[in-house]
Amino acid sequence: MSRYFTAEIADNRPLNNEYNLLTFSPLAPAQEPEPGQFYMISTFGKSGAQSSYEDTHDPLLKRPFSLFRKTTKGLQILFRIRGRGTAMMRELKKGSRIEVLGPLGNSYPSPPRNKTPLIIAGGIGIASLFYFAERLSRAKKKAYISYGVRSEKELFMVEELKRFAKELSISTDDGSCGERGCVTDIAGNLLSHIPALSTNCVMYACGPRKMLEAVSGMAKQRGIEAYLSMEEVMACGVGACLGCVVGTVNGYKRVCKEGPVFNGQEIVW
Amino acid sequence: MDLSVEIGKLKLRNPVMTASGTFGYGEEYAEFMDLSRLGAVVVKGLSLQPKEGNPSPRIVETAGGMLNAIGLQNIGVERFIQEKLPFLTQFNTPVIVNFFGDSVEEYAKAAERLSAGEGIHGLEMNISCPNKQAEWCIFGTDPKVTFEVVSAVRKSTDLTLIVKLSPNVTDIGVMARAAEDAGADAVSLINTITGMAIDIETRMPRLANITGGLSGPAVKPVALRMVWEVYKAVKIPIIGMGGIMNGQDSIEFMLAGATAVAVGTAHFINPVASVQVIEEMENFMRGRGITHIKDLIGGLITK
Repeated sequence: MSRYFTAEIADNRPLNNEYNLLTFSPLAPAQEPEPGQFYMISTFGKSGAQSSYEDTHDPLLKRPFSLFRKTTKGLQILFRIRGRGTAMMRELKKGSRIEVLGPLGNSYPSPPRNKTPLIIAGGIGIASLFYFAERLSRAKKKAYISYGVRSEKELFMVEELKRFAKELSISTDDGSCGERGCVTDIAGNLLSHIPALSTNCVMYACGPRKMLEAVSGMAKQRGIEAYLSMEEVMACGVGACLGCVVGTVNGYKRVCKEGPVFNGQEIVW
Repeated sequence: MDLSVEIGKLKLRNPVMTASGTFGYGEEYAEFMDLSRLGAVVVKGLSLQPKEGNPSPRIVETAGGMLNAIGLQNIGVERFIQEKLPFLTQFNTPVIVNFFGDSVEEYAKAAERLSAGEGIHGLEMNISCPNKQAEWCIFGTDPKVTFEVVSAVRKSTDLTLIVKLSPNVTDIGVMARAAEDAGADAVSLINTITGMAIDIETRMPRLANITGGLSGPAVKPVALRMVWEVYKAVKIPIIGMGGIMNGQDSIEFMLAGATAVAVGTAHFINPVASVQVIEEMENFMRGRGITHIKDLIGGLITK
C-alpha cells in the first residue's frame, strides 16, 4: 500500500463561492488515515491524455489538505479557494484523476479515559477536526465542540456535528448565527461553566494562528493539555525539504513530520 | 545498454543522482523507491555544528518554480554519521555528502571528519554560503576565494571531491576553472538562483528571510546555458541540475556537457521522480539505438 497513489475524483461540490468539498477515491488500496492526518494533492487532473499543466509545471507543487471525512465514495477534503492552485482544484471534474501523497503527518491523540474532549474549530479549521469528532462519537467519547466562523455562510455540516457532539456551540464574528464573538471566548465560557470540562478536560484545536495562540494561552492558564494542528507552507510533505517548520521549545520542528498536531505548550508564539 | 558514468573515483551505475537539500538524508523517500536504483544519493548539506535555519515562511511557489530560504538547517556532521549514515550504507549506492562552512578552516575540518570513517563515497562542497572572514561575502562568487577554499578541502580529503557552483556570478566558467585548478574532481551546477517574491497587499516579502533560492522548471534554461559554458571551460566532469522534471530534461543536460545529472525539486511533486528519470533515459536510448550513455555527453550539435 503505497502512500503515493492515483485517485479518481468521485465528487467536487462547491459549498459556497469560497469553499469546496472534494471526494476522491484511491485506485489501489490505500493506507488507512487517522484523524488529523493530511494529504498532498495535485491541483490539476488528468482525463486520459497528459494534462497540459504537466508540460508547463505550473502550478508546480502539490497542496496539503487535512482529511475532512471518509465516506463510502472515498476520502474527502474541505478546501477554501485561496490562490491559483485551489482555484484550479475547484474545476476538477468527476472522473478525472489526481496524484495524491498520504496519509501524512501525525494525528490527534485519543483523550485519556478520564478526560472530556473539547474541540475548538476556527473557520476552515473544521476541516481537520470533523473526522476526529466523528471518530470520538463512534468511540462513545463525544466531545464538546466550539465552532466559530466569520459569518453564517461559512458554517458547514452543522447537523452532522450536532450528532457527533456532546454539545455544539456555534459562534460567528458578525452574530449571524449562534453567539456573536470569538470562538476562544465561547470555549473559555464552556470551560468555566461545564463541570465535566472545568475539572478534567483535554483540548483539540485547529484554526488561524492567532486563535491557536489564544487556545494555548488558555490551556496554560488553566493547566489543561491542548493539541493544536499547525499550518505552514509546505513543499514535499514527507520531511525532506524542511520548508514547513514551526518554532518549538525544542527548536524548529516540521509540520509535515513531527506535526501537524503539536502540544500547545511546545509551540513558541 | 550501458548507463554507467565516472565522476572522480566513483563509478555510477547510471548518471542520475538526487540533488542536495531535496532528498533529506535518503530515509524520507526510501518508502517510495529502491535507493539502489539511483546513480548516487546526495544528502542535505551538513556543517560541523548543527544549524537551526531560518524562521517560516521558508518557501513560496512562484511561476513554474519555488523559492526557498531554509537557512542551511542541518543536524551536524557528527549526528549524521551516527544516526543517518548507517541507514544509507545498506543500499548498494554511493553516498555523497554535501557540506559547507563559514570559514576555510571549518570547510577543511568538516571534510576531514567526513573522510575519516566508512560509508561516505564522495563529498560535494556547497560554496554558495557566506564567509565570516570576508564580511560574509559568498565564497563561490570570487575565483580567488573559491580556489583557496577548494585547495584547503582538497588537502583534507582523498574522497571524490565535487564543487557545487553558484549561478549568482557573472562568468561561471571562471569559477569552474578555479575549482578545477584547486584540485576538484568534478563540478556540479547550478545551485539555486537568488530571487524574491512580494505580497502586494501586505507589502511584505513572502519569505521571512526576504530573499531565497529559485529552483524548479523555471531555472532550467539558465542551468543548461551554464552547463554549456562550464563544459567549454573545464576538463573535469560536470553534474548538471536545475529544474530536471523528466528523462528528456536530463538528456538535454547531458548534450550540453553534463556527465551526470541531479533531480531535485521534482521529488517534491513526485517522490519517485529520480527513478522515473532513469527509466525515461533508458527509453530514450532504446528508441534511438544508443548503447552507451557516455556518447551523449557534450553531444550538442552547433553550426
